[in-house]
Amino acid sequence: MNIQAKTQRTAAEQGLIDAFSALVSDLPGDTSVTAKRDRLMADFGDAGLPSRRVEAWHYTDLRTLLREVPNHLPGETASQLRPILDGSEVLPLLGGRYVEPRDIEGLKVGSFREALMNGWATASLDALRPDDAIGRINGAFVMDGYTLKLAADAAPEKTIELQSVQNGGQAHGRFRLEAEAGSRATFIERHAGGEAAGLTTSVTEIDVAEGAELVWVIVQERGGEDTHLGQLRAKLAKDANFKLYVINMGGKLVRQEVDIAVDGEGAHFDLRAINLLAGQSHTDITLTLGHSVPDTTSQEIVRNVVLDRARGAFQGQIRVSREAQKTDAQMACNSLLLSDDGEFDAKPELEIFADDVICAHGATVDDLDPVHLFYLAARGVPEKIASALLVKGFVEELLDELDDEALTDALKERVEDWLDAHV
Amino acid sequence: MLEIKNLHARIAESGTEIIRGLNLTVNAGEVAAIMGPNGSGKSTLSYILAGREDYEVTEGDILYNGESILELEPSERAAKGIFLAFQYPVEIPGVATMQFLKVAINEQRKARGEEELKTPDFMRLVKEKAGELKIDPDMLKRPLNVGFSGGEKKRAEILQMKLLEPKLCVLDETDSGLDIDALKIVAEGVNALRSPDRAIIVITHYQRLLEHIVPDTVHVLYKGQVIRSGDKELASELEANGYADIIDAAA
Ligand SMILES: Nc1ncnc2c1ncn2[C@@H]1O[C@H](COP(=O)(O)OP(=O)(O)OP(=O)(O)O)[C@@H](O)[C@H]1O
Ligand SMILES: [Mg+2]
Repeated sequence: MNIQAKTQRTAAEQGLIDAFSALVSDLPGDTSVTAKRDRLMADFGDAGLPSRRVEAWHYTDLRTLLREVPNHLPGETASQLRPILDGSEVLPLLGGRYVEPRDIEGLKVGSFREALMNGWATASLDALRPDDAIGRINGAFVMDGYTLKLAADAAPEKTIELQSVQNGGQAHGRFRLEAEAGSRATFIERHAGGEAAGLTTSVTEIDVAEGAELVWVIVQERGGEDTHLGQLRAKLAKDANFKLYVINMGGKLVRQEVDIAVDGEGAHFDLRAINLLAGQSHTDITLTLGHSVPDTTSQEIVRNVVLDRARGAFQGQIRVSREAQKTDAQMACNSLLLSDDGEFDAKPELEIFADDVICAHGATVDDLDPVHLFYLAARGVPEKIASALLVKGFVEELLDELDDEALTDALKERVEDWLDAHV
Repeated sequence: MLEIKNLHARIAESGTEIIRGLNLTVNAGEVAAIMGPNGSGKSTLSYILAGREDYEVTEGDILYNGESILELEPSERAAKGIFLAFQYPVEIPGVATMQFLKVAINEQRKARGEEELKTPDFMRLVKEKAGELKIDPDMLKRPLNVGFSGGEKKRAEILQMKLLEPKLCVLDETDSGLDIDALKIVAEGVNALRSPDRAIIVITHYQRLLEHIVPDTVHVLYKGQVIRSGDKELASELEANGYADIIDAAA
């Protein structure tokens, strides 16, 4: 690496490097993990935080947006929250630390710290790509998390909530799930925050084996000063069905990456994303989706509500490889821009190398429909309440698609709380 | 109850005048039918009554119980008892019909200073009224009007009317798209609302509806004016002879 060519380090870059030096002796891991961490950090030192010149980060110039990083310590005490859905099994990650794992019907639960200590996790710590800043930072710093194994054909009755609560400071966690053949379950990956400004990274790795059916709901409700960098990687085997929800309704600087490999014939992937954006926040969902075998399908619908001076971006890249004939991939991104100062950018990107496929994408940016407003007004609903009703309808339509009515209602309640407070 | 005086209105965007000096009086207890060729301004008039912003009143006035409503918001007009059953009911994805009904009822009650309806009372009320109109309760769980058949949409409009109990009901071609049985059910629903303190305006092209909902007065609208008024016999005359004679006579 040519030292002269390197640009000045930003305060945030230096902050992360300093945090690593302060923490390194306490970070868990065997020698292979320790070596991997050092490598990742050396790479970080070379690459720094990605700027808009890195294509994948075009809409989220992390180098500029992340001004500084909070202290490396986990911040103030975070306590466990009531689950989003009453009666869920909760696996808490409080201030970045897991609470003594326990087994749940059909689900084997372990700590990610252990996977680091005995080196099982080493290979997975690698960054996905040279521009994978989240994977790199998380891999260098990760301390804890959960490893989960859903037994073949298991179908736990209860929803499992992975609950990461953080109030200030830094935390870098990981969740790993192996859903064995024929299993079925619903997980909520929840990221809650507090008042103090915090930096969190979170990487989730999921293997969906043959015929397994998973619903995974990311609910990001970090505090108004928080930076949250999330990444979810999933591999889908034959006839697997993976339905992912991403609901962003918090944080000041948020990026959630979704990297999906549809590797098995007959597999189906769904993404439903809801971005509720207010204040001066910046929120980015970046999807990379690969269809690599014949006869697979996917559908992505992203709905955004933008208020105040908030900014959002959705990048959706779909790659259909030459072998992946009969792929059906549909992507839509619809934004309701309720403020003149708000902004939402959508960038679909289709790379199709097979000839017999159906791929479509569309993006719309609208205001509320005056015809809808008039109809509601003609029934006596004043404009403010009519607007709120329409905005709710716009995003809740996606939640109605969940088969689990109790979960739909619980998520609607959270979304409505946010909308009632902001719209 | 309703007095429209020399009303002139145009499309706000283009300035095209649609209502050109329209006069009409409808008294409490009266059922008035408005007929007229396509494009004569019937729906436009109904939208203007409801307060749609796309139209601009340039002259004349609309008095409702003696007061001008021109400055009122659509929702205020609704709360005062004006109801329009749309010729083309609007589909609203994501908003469950039930939820919409509850909000509408309670917002009107709030605006009138009445107490909100409690959920069990509301449910009971909806069940009862939906039953009278032979509406499948499952339909009400679906998003408002989304994917409803033409006839289902019209029935849903009448359900809203029954629930909201307005004082001035304007029904814009509620009969179009209804099968014979549905027409009877809807007509019964409307007739049940006839009362000395309520006025009903029925916009229609067909004599058939007026056999079920017998009007007290019939008015012919042409090029934005009422060119002829009469009793129910006028409707039969139109059915037999069409509009040509009346239009010629007015010219
Ligand atoms: N928003 C609008 N923009 C453009 N033209 C309009 C608009 N609203 C009404 N018009 C025109 O005004 C005229 C009257 O329309 P209106 O819908 O009131 O007729 P109508 O009497 O209800 O007809 P029908 O019997 O076909 O329902 C028509 O020529 C119509 O095209
Ligand atoms: Mg019409």
